[in-house]
Amino acid sequence: MTQSVIKLTVTAEDRRVAWLATAAVGLSLVDAAIPSPLPGVKPGLANIVTLVVLARYGWGTAVWVSALRVLAGSLLLGYFLAPGFFLSLTGTTLSLLTLGAAQHLPTRWFGPVSLSILAAFAHIGGQLLLARAWLIPHDGVFLLTPIFAGAALVFGTLNGLIAAKLLAETASAETSP
Amino acid sequence: MKSWLALIRPGDWLVLLGSAVLVGFSVPVFWQGGMADRAIIRQEGKVFAEVDLKARKQFAVGGPLGTTLIAVEPGRARVVSDPSPRQYCVRQGWLMRPGEIAICAPNRVSVQIAGRTKVYDSISY
Repeated sequence: MTQSVIKLTVTAEDRRVAWLATAAVGLSLVDAAIPSPLPGVKPGLANIVTLVVLARYGWGTAVWVSALRVLAGSLLLGYFLAPGFFLSLTGTTLSLLTLGAAQHLPTRWFGPVSLSILAAFAHIGGQLLLARAWLIPHDGVFLLTPIFAGAALVFGTLNGLIAAKLLAETASAETSP
Repeated sequence: MKSWLALIRPGDWLVLLGSAVLVGFSVPVFWQGGMADRAIIRQEGKVFAEVDLKARKQFAVGGPLGTTLIAVEPGRARVVSDPSPRQYCVRQGWLMRPGEIAICAPNRVSVQIAGRTKVYDSISY
């Protein structure tokens, strides 16, 4: 009998994605621990990781990190395949698509703050539409739109600023050792 | 503080401002009709009473089947009891938003919430 060994080669890219996803999952847990006045209004700290990854490693890596974050985050918090998981998945998918389009904006004018705000709006927009179509099939859900949109603007700006700060610090650390 | 402001690029300000305007405009769009401030009680299609949603009040409205009891409280109103067989208007519970309406069709009584501006929907229009 021949022994077959299945060996998966782990590339540096894989390790990087794993580390970044871990950071994102950690921030998701912090997010979940912050009390919220309304379900759905959350800082979305893990998006900081997505923004940094997008700027440093590109969109493909950002998609990987986000997908792993949604999966592992939902498993850890116990809502895997529950409605919250699909809300999270829809929001993340739409905000990634938005980021994919928005990253082509001229970087001289539009920084992480713009990307973060646009992604936050896409995120909450996707969640509202899914909630309307599936969870609460009544136009009453849209009554919450101004609150969600306001929260998206505030937290989107804050997350964008933190991401911009992180990117600026790592950039200056690399150029001046 | 200054170092944080330096992180916002010119276009970011545009996005920030544009989003703030959008959020501002979303308030009247999604919260049309403003706050609920009156309840209109109708009997046989005619206005039976128009009450400010400020004080606690009870109304007994007569219809072909019997008496419909309507309760008004600060900011909301509801049908407390009704002789209709299926009790749809009672089960609707509290009405709080402008444009919301509970119709007790068999007894020909309805309660509608009104705000400062008129809200149209497929029933009331």
